[in-house]
Amino acid sequence: MSSVATVHSLWMTAADAPGRIPGPHIEYAQLSPTLIVLGAAVLGILVEAFLPRRSRYHTQLLLSVVALAAAFAAVIGLAAGGFGTSKAHVAAMGAIAVDGPALFLQGTILLVSLVAVFTFAERRLDPASHGKRVDSFAAQAAAVPGGKAEQEAVKAGFTTTEVFPIVLFAVGGMLVFPAANDLLTLFIALEVFSLPLYILCTLARRQRLLSQEAALKYFLLGAFSSAFLLFGIALLYGYAGTVTYAGIAEVVADGAKQIDPALAGTMGNDALLLIGAALVLMGLLFKVGAVPFHMWTPDVYQGAPTPVTGFMAAATKVAAFGALLRLLYVVLPGLRWDWRPVMWGVAIITMLAGAIVAITQTDIKRLLAYSSIAHAGFILAGVLATSEDGISSVLFYLAAYSFVTLGAFAVVTLVRDAGGEATHLSKWAGLGRRSPLVAAVFAVFLLAFAGIPLTSGFAGKFAVFKAAAQSGAGWLVVIGVLSSAIAAFFYIRVIVLMFFSEPKADGPTVAVPSPLTTTAIAIGVAVTVVLGVAPQYFLDLAGQASVFVR
Amino acid sequence: MENLIALLVAAPLVGAALLLCGGKRLDRAGHWIGTLLAVASFAVAAVLFADMLGKSAGDRALHQHLFSWIPVGGFRADLAFQLDQLSMTFVLLITGVGSLIHIYSIGYMEHDERRRRFFGYLNLFLAAMLLLVLADNYLLLYVGWEGVGLASYLLIGFWQHKPSAATAAKKAFLVNRVGDVGLSIAIMLMFTTFGTFAFGPVLAATGDTGEGKLTAIGLMLLLAACGKSAQVPLQSWLGDAMEGPTPVSALIHAATMVTAGVYLITRSGAIFNAAPDAQMAVVVVGAVTLLFGAIVGCAKDDIKKALAGSTMSQIGYMILAAGLGPIGYAFAIMHLVTHGFFKAGLFLGAGSVMHGMNDEVDMRRYGGLRRYMPVTFITFGLGYLAIIGFPGLSGFFSKDKIIEAAFAKGGTEGWILGGAALLGAAITAFYMTRVMLMTFFGEKRWDPQEVHPHESPKTMTIPMIVLAVGSVFAGGLFSINDAFVSWLEPVTSFEHGHSPLSATATTTATIVVLLVGAGLAWLMYGRKPVPAVAPRGSLLTRAARRDLLQDDFNHVVLVRGGEHLTRTLVYLDHSLVDGAVNGTAATMGGLSGRLRQLQSGFVRSYAVQMLGGAAVLVAATLLMRGV
Repeated sequence: MSSVATVHSLWMTAADAPGRIPGPHIEYAQLSPTLIVLGAAVLGILVEAFLPRRSRYHTQLLLSVVALAAAFAAVIGLAAGGFGTSKAHVAAMGAIAVDGPALFLQGTILLVSLVAVFTFAERRLDPASHGKRVDSFAAQAAAVPGGKAEQEAVKAGFTTTEVFPIVLFAVGGMLVFPAANDLLTLFIALEVFSLPLYILCTLARRQRLLSQEAALKYFLLGAFSSAFLLFGIALLYGYAGTVTYAGIAEVVADGAKQIDPALAGTMGNDALLLIGAALVLMGLLFKVGAVPFHMWTPDVYQGAPTPVTGFMAAATKVAAFGALLRLLYVVLPGLRWDWRPVMWGVAIITMLAGAIVAITQTDIKRLLAYSSIAHAGFILAGVLATSEDGISSVLFYLAAYSFVTLGAFAVVTLVRDAGGEATHLSKWAGLGRRSPLVAAVFAVFLLAFAGIPLTSGFAGKFAVFKAAAQSGAGWLVVIGVLSSAIAAFFYIRVIVLMFFSEPKADGPTVAVPSPLTTTAIAIGVAVTVVLGVAPQYFLDLAGQASVFVR
Repeated sequence: MENLIALLVAAPLVGAALLLCGGKRLDRAGHWIGTLLAVASFAVAAVLFADMLGKSAGDRALHQHLFSWIPVGGFRADLAFQLDQLSMTFVLLITGVGSLIHIYSIGYMEHDERRRRFFGYLNLFLAAMLLLVLADNYLLLYVGWEGVGLASYLLIGFWQHKPSAATAAKKAFLVNRVGDVGLSIAIMLMFTTFGTFAFGPVLAATGDTGEGKLTAIGLMLLLAACGKSAQVPLQSWLGDAMEGPTPVSALIHAATMVTAGVYLITRSGAIFNAAPDAQMAVVVVGAVTLLFGAIVGCAKDDIKKALAGSTMSQIGYMILAAGLGPIGYAFAIMHLVTHGFFKAGLFLGAGSVMHGMNDEVDMRRYGGLRRYMPVTFITFGLGYLAIIGFPGLSGFFSKDKIIEAAFAKGGTEGWILGGAALLGAAITAFYMTRVMLMTFFGEKRWDPQEVHPHESPKTMTIPMIVLAVGSVFAGGLFSINDAFVSWLEPVTSFEHGHSPLSATATTTATIVVLLVGAGLAWLMYGRKPVPAVAPRGSLLTRAARRDLLQDDFNHVVLVRGGEHLTRTLVYLDHSLVDGAVNGTAATMGGLSGRLRQLQSGFVRSYAVQMLGGAAVLVAATLLMRGV
């Protein structure tokens, strides 16, 4: 048959059977958490468009809180309905998994976001501007820093209430990210939560140039890493002929069964698989802030408005580690012997570099940024256990860590001097004498970061190290414990600074927050202590949620 | 009946808690509460004793399990009591003498404003000592062992405003710690060897255990006994311990606590029987100490220190007997009981003399006191006759048996040990006669203007009379039909020793050396007037006055050596350990400073680093497959 005839037959076949394109089958109820949040985000945009300026703040706050609470209730409902265990399955035509890890992580993200929204809405810390209460966000984001437009916006008492729908969009993306069950959904979810974060980072009310620089860096590097991720997805498609997790896993395990004629040259080529897998992993490692893809972390954490930093440090990490877990456990288990040694290396340099570089930091937000890098290394140690214990320990660690982080950054917003937040460590000297309660609360968070017993940090670290040791990576645990020891130095140094140094005469003051931030910090402390003193119930919960649907 | 056992310990324990926590409002009744609870404990002991006598020899041991104290995996320690004939003997001695000394202390401590606290400590001591002898396992025994150590420390330093008392308390505590370490090591060895510390299983299993381990355990137990019972080489604390109030010296440092070592060795008899080397060490320690203490006792002018030397020496006899094995255990305990009577009596007598002499302790300032304190003189005199082994009195029966058993050890050892014991008996007669003559006979060496010797009140004399009665009759009573030996036999087992000398020959020899020793003392202190200031004396006398240079030895060897060791360790700590730690910290700091240079702030360099990282990641993944 000539090629003309082939082409003709193809045309004719296509013309012959126009068929009905089947409408996708979507299980709306099972996707309800995401849908509620995204719906509320759209509503929030409409609120911005149609409601008068003075009523927007309360409406947006109420809308966000209700949406997040409702979404959390939906998650609980799904879990109670058995979707976390016996009825776990893949919904939305194979795009989204509804299973234990997904529901656990979604629940964590929603709770964290709910608490984060409280800190976003705080309006008592900054001194009132022209008689109007303002929050941490720029009066008018589009105005040039220091320009006339900005001054006018400040004078008019504008506030950026758009942050609430923007956060909701980000949360929507984060909910999908750990549940994504094919590579394209993964990529889209990544972009859906990254773009709002870039915007949020630019919005600081004070030090706007630093904020904008941070956002731009984040955006450029994020785009750069997205390109790697997308290229990796393309290579994996070339290898497997599909982007679904199950499909790729099948090809990895058993080899390609049906060769797609268009991919005849590439399918089953292990080089594509390995390079593609490495590049996709790199994209995710960028999001969790693992070395050597961590460079954005300190700059962005420092520049972004502190409530945004807290939200980002907590929620992004949960979502990104969720996605990483699913990728490694569902798509690439057959490739375990290839990626485990490489990832061990990543985990080791992440733990060590994070802990070591943090020693010489002088800014509390940068210090916490490096601390988050070190913690990413600890979590990676649990991820690499390749066992159910590994999954459950990571789930527990993420839940514990995110509340500690959120609480710690919330405390950072309280310590202020004339220039806004006083983030230089030297200004924290003697804080314990001046404000014992705030200093004590911060000390609790620092002890949790350091992994001292009776805090959630200890229970989490114990769980991941135990899982890692049981998987045979005892030496990884040794390095992890050594890194923890190095890290303990700078956490405890801050405690020493707060309680055993003389306060400076021109030291910062501790602002009295509204009940919103107080609630956020109180929840952080409560979770830290409860997970530290009685972790068993939550470990069991994470244990029940530790099976991925395939 | 066994439910009463806990009551023995509980009564004084409640007393201690009440008196020590009760505060000032108990100041007026405190001493009565303390005494009452001590007597109550004695009453319970008497009831248990009567009950025990009513049973046949095999069924007398009682057992009370209170609760599981530390159940951890395979590790189990119970709070359980065991009351057998050996424990019963001690319980009667402790509560009996203890009650008498409580009564005596009511008078003796009358003018002390901290009397309530003193009785609290005394009750605490009783509770701990009873726990020690009633425990059914070594771990609980250890609790009691530490408890009596604490009470001893508190009571030696009771007059803490005196620097000498505070120092003496500290010294006693420290020296005892050395022995306590021995006991704790012994207990650990027992646990690793037998898997338990209960007396029953441990002592039953000695037959199936290697001799090396048993010797190690035995030597550690001996170390513990040396500490608590002031035996060479851990004897140095006992003399200084006389800084405590005299009733304390009588109760703790003569009659009861210092005999805990004898109890420990007798209780662990099965271990020592199976470890002849350890047993040999016990015998040597006993023989050396009985001479050491006796020689020290000869040179002391302080009445209490002379008696302390004597205590050391008499416990040496007991340790010697306990080291002889089944031929000696029963006599060790018998001497322990008779010694409890007469030595407590002697100390109470000494206290009574001090009470009448404005707390003067130097015997060179006594003299001719028999006319001024007749009751004290008679009771002290009876105690004196008992301790030197005057025929018919308690000490005669018990000490004579030990000397006989020492000869029965057999061979050259037997002759050496028997000779040492006989020599000790001669020296005992010498120094006790010296004490007696210097205190109650001769001319007055005190100033009648300043000192007005008088007899002590009834609360003090009555306990002395009771103890004197015991000193006179206890030995004889115990020896009727070998009553004491057959009473203890189910616990300690008993063998008749076969002495190369006949019993009559031994007794004759004992009486002869007694007469020689006492006669010599009379020649030196009875016939000639005693100088009020001590003469320079021979080299041996001067050494004996300094406790045979024990403190000098300890200072040179242990204190100096320890200081050097400490200095070396501190130096090593500073240079090696700190050097390593600070070096690591400095390295990390430097590394941190270097690494943070990578964080340049330029997004272009970040991107390049990411690209490099991605390349490495890809290359490493491919390399893994290649490998």
